[in-house]
Amino acid sequence: MSAVADTHTQEHHHGPARGISRWLLTTNHKDIGTMYLVFSFAMFLLGGSMAMVIRAELFQPGLQIVEPEFFNQMTTMHGLIMVFGAVMPAFVGLANWMLPLMIGAPDMALPRMNNWSFWLLPCAFLILVSTLFMQGGAPNFGWTFYAPLSTTYGPPSTTFFIFAIHIMGVSSIMGAINVIATILNLRAPGMTLMKMPLFVWTWLITAFLLIAVMPVLAGVVTMMLMDINFGTSFFDASGGGDPVLFQHVFWFFGHPEVYIMILPAFGAISHIVSAFSRKSLFGYSSMVYAVGAIALLSFIVWAHHMFTVGVPLAGQLFFMYATLLIAVPTGVKVFNWVTTMFRGSLSFEAPMLFAVAFIVLFTIGGFSGLMLAIAPADFQYHDTYFVVAHFHYVLVPGAIFGIFAAAYFWLPKWTGHMYDETLAKTHFWMSFVGMNLAFFPMHFLGLAGMPRRIPDYALQFADFNMVSSIGAFMFGATQLLFLFIVVKCVRGGEKAPAKPWDGAEGLEWTLPSPAPYHTFETPPEIK
Amino acid sequence: MRVRGKRLTPVVALLGLLSPAMAMADWTLNMSPGVTGTSNQIFSLHMTILWICVAIGVVVFGVMFWSILAHRKSQGHKPANFHENTVVEILWTIVPFAILVAMAIPATATLVEMYDTTDADLDIRVTGYQWKWQYEYVDQEFGYFSNLATPADQIRNRQNKGENYLLEVDNPLVIPVGQKVRFLLTSNDVIHSWWVPAFGVKKDAIPGFINEAWVKVEEPGTYRGQCTELCGKNHGFMPVVVEAVPQDEYDTWVADQKAAAEKERELTQKDWTMEELMARGEQTYQTTCASCHQPDGSGSPPAFPALKGSAIATGDVQGHLDIVVNGKSGTAMQAFGSQLSEVDLAAVVTFERNAWGNNTGDMVTPKQVLDFKNQQ
Amino acid sequence: MADNQSYYVPEQSKWPIVATVGLGVTLYGVASILVNGNQGESTTASWVMFFVGALIMAYMLFGWFGSVIREGRAGLYSDQMDRSFRWGMGWFIFSEVMFFAAFFGALFYVRMFAVPWLGGEGDRGSSSMLWEGFNATWPLIQNPDPEAFPGPSEVVGPWGLPLINTILLVSSSFTITVAHHALKADNRQKLKLWLGLTIALGLAFLVLQAEEYVHAYQELQLTLDSGIYGSTFFMLTGFHGAHVTLGTLMLIIMLVRIFKGHFTADSHFGFEAAAWYWHFVDVVWLGLFVFVYIL
Ligand code: HEA
Ligand code: HEA
Ligand code: HEC
Ligand code: CUA
Ligand SMILES: [Cu+2]
Repeated sequence: MSAVADTHTQEHHHGPARGISRWLLTTNHKDIGTMYLVFSFAMFLLGGSMAMVIRAELFQPGLQIVEPEFFNQMTTMHGLIMVFGAVMPAFVGLANWMLPLMIGAPDMALPRMNNWSFWLLPCAFLILVSTLFMQGGAPNFGWTFYAPLSTTYGPPSTTFFIFAIHIMGVSSIMGAINVIATILNLRAPGMTLMKMPLFVWTWLITAFLLIAVMPVLAGVVTMMLMDINFGTSFFDASGGGDPVLFQHVFWFFGHPEVYIMILPAFGAISHIVSAFSRKSLFGYSSMVYAVGAIALLSFIVWAHHMFTVGVPLAGQLFFMYATLLIAVPTGVKVFNWVTTMFRGSLSFEAPMLFAVAFIVLFTIGGFSGLMLAIAPADFQYHDTYFVVAHFHYVLVPGAIFGIFAAAYFWLPKWTGHMYDETLAKTHFWMSFVGMNLAFFPMHFLGLAGMPRRIPDYALQFADFNMVSSIGAFMFGATQLLFLFIVVKCVRGGEKAPAKPWDGAEGLEWTLPSPAPYHTFETPPEIK
Repeated sequence: MRVRGKRLTPVVALLGLLSPAMAMADWTLNMSPGVTGTSNQIFSLHMTILWICVAIGVVVFGVMFWSILAHRKSQGHKPANFHENTVVEILWTIVPFAILVAMAIPATATLVEMYDTTDADLDIRVTGYQWKWQYEYVDQEFGYFSNLATPADQIRNRQNKGENYLLEVDNPLVIPVGQKVRFLLTSNDVIHSWWVPAFGVKKDAIPGFINEAWVKVEEPGTYRGQCTELCGKNHGFMPVVVEAVPQDEYDTWVADQKAAAEKERELTQKDWTMEELMARGEQTYQTTCASCHQPDGSGSPPAFPALKGSAIATGDVQGHLDIVVNGKSGTAMQAFGSQLSEVDLAAVVTFERNAWGNNTGDMVTPKQVLDFKNQQ
Repeated sequence: MADNQSYYVPEQSKWPIVATVGLGVTLYGVASILVNGNQGESTTASWVMFFVGALIMAYMLFGWFGSVIREGRAGLYSDQMDRSFRWGMGWFIFSEVMFFAAFFGALFYVRMFAVPWLGGEGDRGSSSMLWEGFNATWPLIQNPDPEAFPGPSEVVGPWGLPLINTILLVSSSFTITVAHHALKADNRQKLKLWLGLTIALGLAFLVLQAEEYVHAYQELQLTLDSGIYGSTFFMLTGFHGAHVTLGTLMLIIMLVRIFKGHFTADSHFGFEAAAWYWHFVDVVWLGLFVFVYIL
């Protein structure tokens, strides 16, 4: 007991421990945030490399470099790694770094659990990636792993995949609990809910979504586990089950999941747009309500992924209407951002460039989402490259650009140095061009009838696929530049002032750059 | 106008870049209206939403680019100070809502029509298999399989690709024009999805359940589509081809089919020679079995065992017949007893027992297969 | 929020990384037991792995909770910290609710849609063409394909063991509340008695549950592989049983701590968390009793 008391007296006044133990044993939100961000970027490179394999195979018609089976594994692992390994951890990393700074808290509410949430991720992905080397190969049934392809007909490694998902789920749930406890309990005095920065609000709601749906994902993979190994018949009609049951449960998780991948970006973009417009955010409270509305609606739209499975007409109509409704609060957000920019005093540093591209391109992705939501039309779009175009437009210039924007915005605060603006602008423009070249033609391919998840295609799709692959290579190669920019910024560069962006608002800018290892040990007072 | 000009430049530049290629290649940009009432309705829905989105986009991005151009710090613009306005918030909640309602109305009407599968003139049962389609004419009591016809050499780039590369089958589905045809879709193994874009019909084929869809084609022609639900390794290689023909042509075709089935049955009684069986077996093997066990019998273990040197294919004939006729439940190995005729079964088993160095010398006759089936 | 105590941020801790290794090794072990077992290969090494992982987990649980308890008793935790724990536990229970919701959802879907469709009713009723002779009933005694999935001979009636179990669990919710009041009134003797009673009720529940499973397997042929009725039945009651086990363990630990003199009348979050959990388990059971057994 005395040992505990001892450590307590010293702990507030020294910096990080040295060596590897700093990272393995840390309870510091900044260290954990950094680890999340580094991990997420590593996963982005890994998942991106798989996308490069996909694009290389699709460069021309015919089978050239990989076998169809391996192609399916690439598609599956690419989707899983990007969703669970790249985007979600990146947002958790941002949350770890920024939430305590933004609300004036000394750390996250449950610091040890925070560390556990992080370390479970490498563990889960180690298991997931190890399936690539198992007999029969990695999961090859798409990131949506529909039964019975993933149960009766799945490779032996499916069981490992299931446990990897379980571990990821535990990690996400604990991370989300931590976020909620931090936000609800550790705000500085005077920071009422409606004074919280939007990034904090969006994360609060995201965390709620995570806690609500990750257990459902755990539930559905558990049913798979039982069907595969213990003879149950959840997804098998001969025992009275239904393969479509899988899809309902999966998408009850899956649709909120896509908002989990965008809401924190909404929050970050709100700060950035306001900072570089030098004007406070337009319509703060309606922004908050809009995010709440999106989150609630996200629970009742799941079957829009299943318009062709034979949902009864009434269900079909209900899910179509509910899905269309989501455009309303999302539109409110877009309109508010634009109005924030309107008559501001705009400048275009890298974070703002990414933010502006985010708004335009995410909206385009939203529009295609809306088209998909029209059930009869979805009969033509479903499972074609039109869908692939839709979700890459909301995910790449949405989630990923949102993360880039946030990273550039806060890098000075994290490292104490300014990043190289010229390189960052190059990164932006190359990404912007590459990304559009890669994903815009996919709309045309989908409309012309090219199904997704195929390693080879009919000749009329050849030209746009080639364009798309070229764009993808360009976009991919550009990301190495980002790595370079960040490393350069960490290692040196112009010293960053406490508040490098003259239009920025918020507690985090009252701290010196880099933010000291321990911050807000006594909470600041909010007027 | 300045605003629009700016927005369009990259697009124009891109088109300019591509235009030489465009002259010679296929740069289809849009959905095609198709040949049925449904597909035309879908097309017009698609165009309506598309234009609504474009219009909203022009307004929203217009305002945005206006700000980007006119309200820059570098041009000395000072920020205004407003940050709230309840009226506009309400306005931009209600207006999009109204637009959505306007979009939902025609969509609902179309959907209701698509779901009306009653009063069909003809029922066809469509069953998905890894990786082929089975078409059964429920009332006329005959049916057949429809396999990819593109040769492996084209896929492997050893031969030039044909015009309908990957979109050609050995036996297309044949339907009469002007009739309401109802499809009863199901699957034998995993979920597949049957899609013909020109019909506006896409429906999942789910094992153990039947989904319904319908089509009424007015224009004779050949219509192509593909399986659109990931169904395993050859998901990209299970096309759908439908031939819509005039009623009289259809009637003759049906009669021919029935006659051919009869002839097939008679072949069982014929005396077959080893050579005949091997030749026919090779053909059957390549269309039916090679997709899993590979053209050279090497398989792709562990998912699909090699037949070359396989214990079963070189062992006891009964065991070999058993796995081919009855399949193995819970694996991709289907029960081919109901898919292939006795002749084909005999031929393919004979072939497997004597090809690629499986020199058992055994010859399995159609009669043996018939006996084997009858024993069960 | 206004209190001026500083918020306790623990020093570096080895427990998270131990927990990660423990969980990873355990689950990797389980997965390889299953996969190797299915392929008829040896599972000895996998079992070893599983046990090693489980030991690490046990070590971690003792160590981690141990240090939390020590810190709590050393007075390092402010009221604010206490609230963090409360939010944490509350949302954790919510996540558990959602986990069960997935299985309840599956049950409702199967009963309301899948089985009737297979039997020829409703929108996808033409599916019955594929299953000649199949009759949709619930509980499902005869499955669509009785060869692949032989059904149970009988269903479990609600008014025998399940009813007794309901009474046991409901009264245990009552006894734990009495115990809690005793703790608040600083009546340790009464606390021990009623907490002990709660644990006894929990254990009795588990014993009866086990008996019911034996009965189902041996006499009713109601098993995991007897079709969707068995699947949903065992999945729901099984996970519930696992949670009762966990809850009982928590209560036992609380009892041990009480005997060691832990907890005071106004600071006993550990006890409350266990009690919340216990109530949650109870409520889930009521859902089970109604939807799995009665209806
Ligand atoms: C970040 C992730 C993200 C986001 C934010 C969205 C947002 C939306 N998505 Fe998307 N979606 C995915 C990720 C995402 N999606 C993924 C990954 C898949 C595929 C999964 C798979 O199968 O693998 C998918 C698939 C998918 C489908 C299934 C398609 C199919 O398989 O056939 C549908 C169908 O309805 C859909 C709809 C929508 C809608 C309506 C929105 C809306 O939220 C969009 C709202 C936004 C706008 C509309 C733009 C801004 C609004 C205005 C400017 C206001 C005015 C506008 C109007 C009134 C028109 N999505
Ligand atoms: C957040 C999620 C996310 C992100 C960021 C991406 C990013 C990319 N995706 Fe993504 N994708 C999904 C989520 C995502 N995807 C999902 C969910 C699916 C569905 C899966 C399924 O069907 O089950 C999918 C499916 C999918 C397909 C369809 C596959 C199919 O249907 O068979 C394609 C095809 O082009 C594709 C391409 C790309 C490309 C080119 C990128 C690029 O943006 C990636 C760029 C990044 C890098 C390239 C890494 C960095 C660079 C290096 C490591 C250096 C090496 C570089 C070179 C050699 C050039 N993706
Ligand atoms: C969709 C994939 C698929 C197709 C098509 C297919 N098979 Fe198979 N086959 C399998 C699988 C999977 C197995 C392994 C089954 C097992 O696990 O025992 C198998 C096993 C076999 C075996 C036993 C081999 C051994 O040594 O275990 C034989 C013989 C066989 N198939 C013959 C055929 C014949 C003849 C055809 C065509 C008429 C055919 N197969 C078509 C998937 C297929
Ligand atoms: Cu059949 Cu895809
Ligand atoms: Cu969705």
